[in-house]
Amino acid sequence: MNIAVLLKQVPDTTAKITISNGKVDENSVSKWSMSPYDEYALESGLKMKEATGGNLIAITCGPERTKKMLTDAAAVGADTLIHISEDKVLDSTQVQNLLATVINNNEIEVVLCGKQAADTNAGSTGPGVAEILDAACVTMVSEVSFSENSFISVRPSNTGTEKVSTSGISVFTFDKGLSELRRPNVRGIMMAKKKVIETIKPEELGLGEDSDRIILQTQDSPAEKEPGQIFEGVGEIPTIVSKLRNEANVI
Amino acid sequence: MRFTIIAEMNGDLLHPTTYQLIGAISEIGSESIVICPNGKGSSEASKIKGVEKIISVNGDCFDLFDGSAWASAINSVCEGTIVASASPNGREIGSIIAAKRKIPIIQDVTAISSGITVTRPIYSGKATETLKINGDSVITLRPNAFESAEVGNDAPISIVDQTSDVRVAVIEAINKASERLDVTEADIIISGGRGMGSIDNFSHLESMADTLGAAVGASRAVVDEWGMPHRMQVGQTGKTVSPSLYIAVGISGAIQHLAGMRSSKYIVAINKDPDAPIFTVADYGIVASWEEALPILKSELMKLS
Ligand SMILES: Cc1cc2nc3c(=O)[nH]c(=O)nc-3n(C[C@H](O)[C@H](O)[C@H](O)COP(=O)(O)OP(=O)(O)OC[C@H]3O[C@@H](n4cnc5c(N)ncnc54)[C@H](O)[C@@H]3O)c2cc1C
Ligand SMILES: Nc1ncnc2c1ncn2[C@@H]1O[C@H](COP(=O)(O)O)[C@@H](O)[C@H]1O
Repeated sequence: MNIAVLLKQVPDTTAKITISNGKVDENSVSKWSMSPYDEYALESGLKMKEATGGNLIAITCGPERTKKMLTDAAAVGADTLIHISEDKVLDSTQVQNLLATVINNNEIEVVLCGKQAADTNAGSTGPGVAEILDAACVTMVSEVSFSENSFISVRPSNTGTEKVSTSGISVFTFDKGLSELRRPNVRGIMMAKKKVIETIKPEELGLGEDSDRIILQTQDSPAEKEPGQIFEGVGEIPTIVSKLRNEANVI
Repeated sequence: MRFTIIAEMNGDLLHPTTYQLIGAISEIGSESIVICPNGKGSSEASKIKGVEKIISVNGDCFDLFDGSAWASAINSVCEGTIVASASPNGREIGSIIAAKRKIPIIQDVTAISSGITVTRPIYSGKATETLKINGDSVITLRPNAFESAEVGNDAPISIVDQTSDVRVAVIEAINKASERLDVTEADIIISGGRGMGSIDNFSHLESMADTLGAAVGASRAVVDEWGMPHRMQVGQTGKTVSPSLYIAVGISGAIQHLAGMRSSKYIVAINKDPDAPIFTVADYGIVASWEEALPILKSELMKLS
């Protein structure tokens, strides 16, 4: 079975984001990492590969720096690495079309990705790719397994969680799972360094250029909150409660 | 410019964010078509100001949640710019409709102006960006970021029957969550962190939550180390919340926690360390142990009701 995991590289969650001239300065990002939920998608892909004897294909779309993340995925066990090399910022439709085309070209039966990426916090890619592939889609899953020709996943429900099944090609977006994430060992790291990364240019995928439908006007630092009032000890609690009641109107 | 709103439901009733979606579009001077999945909430929605008409979409496909089945049924009656809540279901349905129509989607919008231009947080709230959209798109709006529309209307309701393929089957409902309010639904959240000392001490937060009608949240430390349910976790790898009031007790305020709650309207922090980073986002900070502060806070709150 060919299993795809979609990985996005984002500024590490601890990295400072600096704005200069109305734009985020990517060069000042101190550390780039795999988006946190994608790590759970990758872990689940590794488990599924081990259980089914399948082939795990890690796919990313982004600039040159994202190759490092693919090598990291290989170090824990990804078999095939595909880099769609694109420096421009793409809109949601463009990214989904590129990813879906590569998925189609590789005869993939299941696609795993994060429920949302830590840069956009969107959650658009998994469901959008599913629609383009005409695949079933289950979002925010914590685990997925394959048995008797169907995929069994666990997702949140109104009353707790529920086990659902899908058959045929399926897309799963991952929430934080129960499983521990594995860390690479020395042998894995050495092997990964030798692994070939297949690089594809968007033009080679035969997708027409979209006109610019989303125009970035400006990026800013979040609106600064007025500095709060900090009180030593518990003496001012009655004042705080009365302000929350009478000025803020929140209780 | 036409706007179609996908109503967000809470059981058989409209979710309060539906009023906010309609309010946001009225604010930029447009009326909206409101789609009520499975007909639920349509008579309630027809009374909201700013609604031009209601389309109640009925069909078996709404019996369980399959985003692509819902999106197919809803898509058939959408036109123009499509607006949904940035809830998990709204995001999923919105993404699928955008892919069907080959139009872009912008999620988690916190401000909108006519034309249309939208603002959304990026990098977990460490920055924001403003985007101009050319042509139709799907946008999802962050709950509690917009004023609710008022009641006082009698918009016509039309009914459309739809079928679509359901590809997801539920095979087992696993555990029942407690009766407690979910953090993403609540207007007030009281969250505890490792400073609570032990999971047993969360009973102090729960009893205060009951007084306030609030939900109880938790930091990741508590979820990972003490086995608190993950659905209670607020932050980068938990829920993103923006209640009117967020009370953080014994939480240091790591950047990943702030990512999930910094857009709350009011933040109160109780922490015994005056240098805890949570105080940098707090409107009111109390430098004290929770053992000392909570009883006083609770008795002050009791005096109000
Ligand atoms: C990729 C990634 C994702 C993450 N995602 C999340 C996330 O979604 N949510 C999240 O919360 N964290 C997340 N974290 C973890 C985060 O970095 C912190 O480790 C975590 O938030 C700390 O939890 P805490 O504040 O409860 O504990 P601590 O940092 O240990 O803080 C405990 C606080 O309690 C105070 N305290 C102690 N005793 C008392 C007392 N008696 N009364 C009052 N105060 C007291 C202390 O002064 C201290 O400030 C993530 C980390 C990573 C790397
Ligand atoms: N450029 C990309 N390359 C590979 N995977 C991506 C890319 N963008 C998004 N994804 C996947 O889709 C998930 C959701 O992303 P988003 O829709 O941006 O929130 C991510 O967690 C990744 O798994």
